[in-house]
Amino acid sequence: MSATLSVSTEDGATVLRFTGRMDAAGIAGIWTQTMRAAAEPHEGALVADLAGVALCDTAGATLLLGAEARHGGPIGLRGQEAGLDTLLDRLRRAPPPPQPTPAPGWTFTSLARLGLRAAGGGIAYLGEVAVALAMAPSRRRMLRLSDLLRTADEAGVRAVPLILMLGFLIGLILAFQSAVPLQRFGAEIFVANLVSVSLLRELGPLLTAVILAGRTGSAFAAEIGTMKVNEEIAAIRTLGLDPMTMLVLPRLLAALLVMPALTLLMDASGIAGMSVVMQALGYSPDAIAIQIRQTVALGDLFGGLFKAMMFGAAVAAIGCRCGLAAGNGPRAVGQAATGAVVGGIVAMVLLDGVFAVLFYLLGW
Amino acid sequence: MALDGPVLEVRDVAQSFSTEGFGTRLIYEHVSFSVTAGEVFVILGGSGCGKSTLMKQIIGLLPPTAGSVRVLGHDMYPGDDRGDVLTRIGVMFQSGALFGSMTLLENVMLPLQMHTDLPEEARVALARAKLGLVGLADSTELLPAEISGGMAKRAAIARALALDPPLLFLDEPSAGLDPVTSAGLDQLILDLRDILRATFVVVTHELASILAIADRCLMLDRGAHGVIALGDPRALRDGSDDPRVRAFFRREAA
Ligand SMILES: Nc1ncnc2c1ncn2[C@@H]1O[C@H](COP(=O)(O)OP(=O)(O)OP(=O)(O)O)[C@@H](O)[C@H]1O
Ligand SMILES: [Mg+2]
Repeated sequence: MSATLSVSTEDGATVLRFTGRMDAAGIAGIWTQTMRAAAEPHEGALVADLAGVALCDTAGATLLLGAEARHGGPIGLRGQEAGLDTLLDRLRRAPPPPQPTPAPGWTFTSLARLGLRAAGGGIAYLGEVAVALAMAPSRRRMLRLSDLLRTADEAGVRAVPLILMLGFLIGLILAFQSAVPLQRFGAEIFVANLVSVSLLRELGPLLTAVILAGRTGSAFAAEIGTMKVNEEIAAIRTLGLDPMTMLVLPRLLAALLVMPALTLLMDASGIAGMSVVMQALGYSPDAIAIQIRQTVALGDLFGGLFKAMMFGAAVAAIGCRCGLAAGNGPRAVGQAATGAVVGGIVAMVLLDGVFAVLFYLLGW
Repeated sequence: MALDGPVLEVRDVAQSFSTEGFGTRLIYEHVSFSVTAGEVFVILGGSGCGKSTLMKQIIGLLPPTAGSVRVLGHDMYPGDDRGDVLTRIGVMFQSGALFGSMTLLENVMLPLQMHTDLPEEARVALARAKLGLVGLADSTELLPAEISGGMAKRAAIARALALDPPLLFLDEPSAGLDPVTSAGLDQLILDLRDILRATFVVVTHELASILAIADRCLMLDRGAHGVIALGDPRALRDGSDDPRVRAFFRREAA
């Protein structure tokens, strides 16, 4: 039964006569009407008649207080139940809410300061990692092997099926796509050169690192971010331990460890996928092998594996950093995970550009 | 909501959890009690005896291994009309369980938004009033991560009160609060009981609080796997001949 309101004047006083249930559901229909009636200028007093009210809980009391505030003076009550005055007293006792201070607008200096602080944070983090690395021998006890192995298992071993499948498909697709135009020149045999060089030098490391960023970088960020939110990082510090050594180093090492292996698998399965296409085009495995051996040097392979390790380190470091820098609350964990994936992918592409220039200058 | 008969009936409820392997671990069994409207009913007992588990069972989150639960005249298991019951009870979890991505005001407004047609302005006013009742009128715009442990407890109570439910479950509302705030909370419980005839089921260890608010209490024991006492706390304190009950009320080490 919803509440109802009727407004009348008695001896100069404005009377708001309520009936029905004045609870949260009941007053939904009369809230606006009550506020409007209370806000109108009144000659005399404002009185609420509650004789016909079946129940008036805190919602109803809040309605009366709202009317009082609109009216600008005390509201008279009649016909109310005994407890309502106590309830109103309790509600009146709460201090008014504080006025929010307006946020300062963006200025060039505030933006610049923000950017500098972010950059400074990144550099400080790199420094901390370096210190943790240097100190690692003396903090051997904090570096838990079980953690390293578990992370290597999750980041590496469990990614193997995915890597094999994606590598095979990508080799297959690349070979197929490039075979079509090359066929016009009768140069399909060079598909083997093209695919193996691009896989070993670029695509293998990059794709593996993207998978690492998606599977593992985000997991690092979420795990460490949750620990941050639950104050576990603070607990690690207060126990006299170093979160860098305990949490970041094992993850970094695990990434360094698994990346070359995963990349090698990606390369191999890609080449397998390519050979399937080549064999379908009528080339024997021997011919494909000779072709690959002619174009690919050992340097290509090792250059790729080295790049892969660097990508892995960047992805792991950024994932951990996003977790450690997480703010408060569950949303921060989600943001940390997103930041880890985006940051990891951007960083690896930038690094790849740097390596491209470097390898070119070195004549690799 | 005047309701004839008990607002809460627990019959012969048992709970055991499966352990690793194929074993089960019995927490309690043969727990029966009922709570009438307008009563403050306290569940107490040592840490780990199953108080929070019992509360989860009553509010429909955890099917009991045996027995039945009736809340406001509805069977909770199987809970075909549980949704209807849930809007008429308020629950405060031991951990607070505030929504971390919403401000305190938004936390309290959520049930109002979901279950009433109140205009925005009214929802804000109501939520502010509830937060004011628990002494948080000046912290409405803060996120749960930005408040203290005791403030989180009180905000969770405000959220449980949002719809002025006739039946409230509070799991350790005063744990971690200073004696003054805690006494204020006890008074709030009694006031709401007197003014709105709300019924409270409260889990608490605070002796002072138990004696101040409880009409009746139920004591669980871990070793006994069930209820060891049920009744008026003052009578239990003065007249029980169970050494475990005596130890609890006299704050002795068992
Ligand atoms: N999901 C679960 N799985 C297995 N065991 C559980 C589970 N939930 C609770 N328990 C066990 O049930 C027992 C009672 O737990 P409960 O949280 O109800 O204790 P409590 O009486 O509320 O204690 P406290 O006063 O410390 O809050 C504990 O021994 C706990 O280990
Ligand atoms: Mg508990």
